[in-house]
Amino acid sequence: MNDQSIAAPAGRKIPDRLDSPAKAAVFSWPSLLLAVAVGIFILNSFASPYFLSPWSLSDATFNFTEKGLIALAMALLIISGEIDLSVAAIIALASTAMGLALQFGVDTPGLVAIGVLTGVLCGMFNGFLVTRLGLPSIVVTIGTMSFFRGISYIVLGDQAFKGYPDSFDFFGQGYVFWVVSFEFAFFLVCALVYYVVLHRTNFGRQIFVIGNNPVAARFSGVRVERVKFILFCLTGLMSGLAAVALTSRLASTRPSIAFAWELEVVTIVVLGGVSILGGSGTIQGVVIAAFIMGLVTFGLGLLNVPGIVMSIFIGALLIGVIALPILISRLRQRMAK
Amino acid sequence: MKRLLRTREIWLGAAVAAIIIATELRAPGFGSLRNLMEVFNNTSILMILALGQMAVILTRSIDLSMASNLALSGMLVALTNAAYPGIPVPVLMLMATGFGLVLGAFNGALVWRLGIPAIVVTLGTLTIFRGLIFVIAGGQWVNADQMTTDFVQYTRIPVLGLPLLSWYAIAIAVGFFVMMTRTSIGRAIYAIGVNPTASVYAGIDVGRTKFLAFCISGALSGFCGYLWVSRYVIGSVEVANGYELTVVAACVIGGISIAGGVGSVAGALLGALFLGVINSALPVINISPFWQMAISGAAIIFAVVLNGRTNKSRGRLILKSAETVK
Repeated sequence: MNDQSIAAPAGRKIPDRLDSPAKAAVFSWPSLLLAVAVGIFILNSFASPYFLSPWSLSDATFNFTEKGLIALAMALLIISGEIDLSVAAIIALASTAMGLALQFGVDTPGLVAIGVLTGVLCGMFNGFLVTRLGLPSIVVTIGTMSFFRGISYIVLGDQAFKGYPDSFDFFGQGYVFWVVSFEFAFFLVCALVYYVVLHRTNFGRQIFVIGNNPVAARFSGVRVERVKFILFCLTGLMSGLAAVALTSRLASTRPSIAFAWELEVVTIVVLGGVSILGGSGTIQGVVIAAFIMGLVTFGLGLLNVPGIVMSIFIGALLIGVIALPILISRLRQRMAK
Repeated sequence: MKRLLRTREIWLGAAVAAIIIATELRAPGFGSLRNLMEVFNNTSILMILALGQMAVILTRSIDLSMASNLALSGMLVALTNAAYPGIPVPVLMLMATGFGLVLGAFNGALVWRLGIPAIVVTLGTLTIFRGLIFVIAGGQWVNADQMTTDFVQYTRIPVLGLPLLSWYAIAIAVGFFVMMTRTSIGRAIYAIGVNPTASVYAGIDVGRTKFLAFCISGALSGFCGYLWVSRYVIGSVEVANGYELTVVAACVIGGISIAGGVGSVAGALLGALFLGVINSALPVINISPFWQMAISGAAIIFAVVLNGRTNKSRGRLILKSAETVK
């Protein structure tokens, strides 16, 4: 990366030719993240002898797959300039709906359908409030966050739903091939789908356009409200799927399930290089960021670091990874003078 | 008069009054002065926090780290009190406020100097501060028997019938009102929320004003840290967990626009009182406390919908808070 591309905001220098694609790829955000991930991986394997075994690595994936699933859809939503803070509450509500259906003797396929459907309905509700009534998504979803989880509390109080059928265990505890869990495989498939949707389709292009300039997008014939509505539904859908996986893994439903996950999901997305201001980001980055979160928490877990202390690392990682490039480019500018 | 009727503070005040009256009808005694004073006292901390959050939201930012800041500052003074019972409580209050101020300044500096969006910065510091509590306390709790009598009493001593806690809230509210409406810093906070670009031309340093807003919210969070620990006589990692969104909710209900520049001290106070009154009304009319969350959620959604109808300026700008106005 040369000085010209860095100095873009300050001066209006336009380079004679762009960086070569290879150079751009090497210095891109996902590559930086990948380097961080590899670094953490190596540190982990030095720090704990138990880290480098296929089974413990497989266990590590459980730390982030459910959050990662939601992060994929959340990335699209944030790129479009909106945000959904109610995702964890949707998990709680979808899980409660499944637990409730269980009491009426609904079997596995029905449970999954109900969980996913609840997620989609919640997403539609958010989407309706934001796009039809033109309300700011951050406040709307703070409201629906209390609302959805509140319904779970009304239904469950301090109780829990248990006794899910054995066939339901597969989604959170099953393995498709050797150490590859169903959840992890599903996450990879979803990541691929989201990659194609965001980076290879018209729809994905429209998301970027909306995020960069909703007014211009409207004038160029993009149906802004409809795209946003679909994105809210997608986020609800992924939360519903995450609810199925998480409920199956824990084999129980409590109203406090997935508490405060919304902030971790947003952290993954932002760490993945998606601009919180909307308009830019990649799925590759988000996937790697999900891995980083999983590796950090799992690695520190092996070292007996309590979960609450890990949050310091994650917070510092979030701020550090964003602040560092800014600081470096400042430093370069100062050196150049 | 017509203008007065249209201000949302009046309606919000009427809504609060209506809830009180409705509850009084179901459960006589709820509307008594004594009980209302109790409700006010219970809501004091939320009111102070809502004021701090208001200052930040007005500048088109958001402070999600308030509850963690509160818990960390609270833990710090609780530990200090347990280790050195000799230190007078006012000094501890100053210490909590000062420490909170430093944490707020850290947020503010990142927003100001590095131009990172406030929501990202405070999302990060939210988890960092929370984690630090565990580190400084070594995973321990500070229990009632470790605190001195003074430490616990300084929120309880009644003055003119009201506990000191309520008086702190009143004093801060008055101070805040003066600051927001009668000083240049208050003016600047509103101005950069309404139009950052115009503010720059008017000679207001946008970044510095945001920094000051974060310092204010930080200092108030820190002060509330002492209040919380003293009020509930417990210092732990879990203190006020998830409370940051309740504070934002109080502001939203109070009509403070997340897009910045719109909102009043009375609105923030009433928004907090609204939540406080609901929370204390539910148990007396025999509704399970588990309904609380859903009802406050519904109240937020309702308030936002109402907001959207009254001022049609679409408030989507929170995510654009880092507009390049240098």
